[in-house]
Amino acid sequence: MDIQNVHPFIIFFAAITTNNILLTNFLGMCSFLAVSKDLKSSLGLGAAVIFVSTFTAPINWLVYHKLLVPYELEYLQYIAFIVVIAAFVQIIEMVIERVSTLLYLTLGIFLPLITVNCAILGCALFLVIRQYSFTQSIAYGLGAGTGWALAIAALAGIRARMEKKSKVIPELEGAGIALVITGIIAMAFIGFSGIVRIN
Amino acid sequence: MTPIITAVLVLSALSGVLTLLLLVAEFFFANYGECTIDVNQGEKVLKVEGGASLLTSLAGQKLFLPSGCGGRGSCGTCKCRVLEGAGPLLPTEVPYLNDEEKKSDVRLSCQVKVRGDIKIEVPEELLSIKEFETVIESITDFTHDIKGLRFKLPEGETIKFKAGQFANLFSKPYEDVREETSRAYSISSAPSDNRAIELVIRYVPNGMVTTYVFKHLKEGDKVRLIGPFGEFFLRDTDREIVCIAGGSGLAPIRSIVLDMIDRGISNRKATFFFGAVSQRDLYYVEEFKAIEKEHPWFRFVPALSKDDSDHPYEKGIITEVVARNYGDMKELEAYLCGSPGMIDACVKVLTGKGMPEDRIYYDKFS
Repeated sequence: MDIQNVHPFIIFFAAITTNNILLTNFLGMCSFLAVSKDLKSSLGLGAAVIFVSTFTAPINWLVYHKLLVPYELEYLQYIAFIVVIAAFVQIIEMVIERVSTLLYLTLGIFLPLITVNCAILGCALFLVIRQYSFTQSIAYGLGAGTGWALAIAALAGIRARMEKKSKVIPELEGAGIALVITGIIAMAFIGFSGIVRIN
Repeated sequence: MTPIITAVLVLSALSGVLTLLLLVAEFFFANYGECTIDVNQGEKVLKVEGGASLLTSLAGQKLFLPSGCGGRGSCGTCKCRVLEGAGPLLPTEVPYLNDEEKKSDVRLSCQVKVRGDIKIEVPEELLSIKEFETVIESITDFTHDIKGLRFKLPEGETIKFKAGQFANLFSKPYEDVREETSRAYSISSAPSDNRAIELVIRYVPNGMVTTYVFKHLKEGDKVRLIGPFGEFFLRDTDREIVCIAGGSGLAPIRSIVLDMIDRGISNRKATFFFGAVSQRDLYYVEEFKAIEKEHPWFRFVPALSKDDSDHPYEKGIITEVVARNYGDMKELEAYLCGSPGMIDACVKVLTGKGMPEDRIYYDKFS
């Protein structure tokens, strides 16, 4: 199937499940492991990632297709994307801070973390590699963020329960067991492959 | 060549546009206008540009809260009480606050942003730390290597300090020393004498600031001082006091004794052991003798370690003299000031005579 004809909704759904940026590409692992200790902060970070990826994906699409491609400067995509992401995280932070103090307090402290989250950059690079259209890139940004948020919320929920009920051998405590759980969740997500598969 | 130029131009244009966007966003969204910070129930009211953290806003107004990490929220030392206008507690602050602090509105000032009018409470001592552009009123040669300097504060300004605290003196560039340097010196004058500060300075060979003081400063010169600082001051108890000092360590003890006289504290016995090598190292003897005569609670004991000539003072090193004068020191309180070697030796003698270590206060001059 030609990628241009895929409905954006399918791309959105695939980005959450079978193409989950965290569970299939293992991007954004550092903040994923660090913040997944409690559900509340991981939901905050997840929401912030959704926010940033949804906004930066279409902007990066525009930068790539309307600026870099016409001047044959595709090789500058990494630096261009990073600059765009950094600037927009700043702007979004300012806007949220002004508009809603409550949302700022939930997301605000996580926003600077996301600037260096490779999932956001990965999201921008994938939409170039996979040759998404503009609307598809919006759907993909939203989906990738949602997928990442879902994964971190799942891990945080499991870790919170394990804290109370499971006995983990000391050598595996913390990041070790988190990685093992992540692997198992990733395998579970492969179960979605039967429903939809987009590359 | 052309591709390189296009690349640079395009990237610069992109950065330029983003910067412009950021500036516009900042103008519209991060502009909080002028906010007031009310410190200690109106004791000080500061007007600041909103949007920055409380810590930096206060520092901009010369109110310096202690901060180890420089405002990154990783040391937890910049705590202060925020009574109004701080917003809810942030997740970044929680690890540094205990339950009691949370209940009494203690916050990390580097995490709290000034978004409107705000009311805070800081320890009184922090408010009194000030910078003074002083004029040297007099310089007195006390001994061959110790001078006493009196600095007049600018018209209308006063200093509020606890007897025993110190101030930082800044030297201006001289000879090969190109930068302004500062060193701490104990204040020897009484807190009641608040229009001026007296410091006792001992010459340190090749010392950057002492060389400046001894070779370049003269009466009428302008000198920058910041203070007061320090945890060395008289504790509020009823215990008998032993003060031991050597060299310029006399300064804070003099301030403490003068302060006790000013405050009419006569129920505490105080003995001041002043250790020197020979008679030429003694100073302020007449003054302390006069105090001794007038105030029965005070005793002045100068001791000379290497002077076998005929003199009215105690002989021997200061630790021996102190040990000779006391039996059991369990109920006493000690204030020591001098070189690290002298202080360590004194602490050994005092604890050996039963004084608990937490009742020995000292200021090491190193």
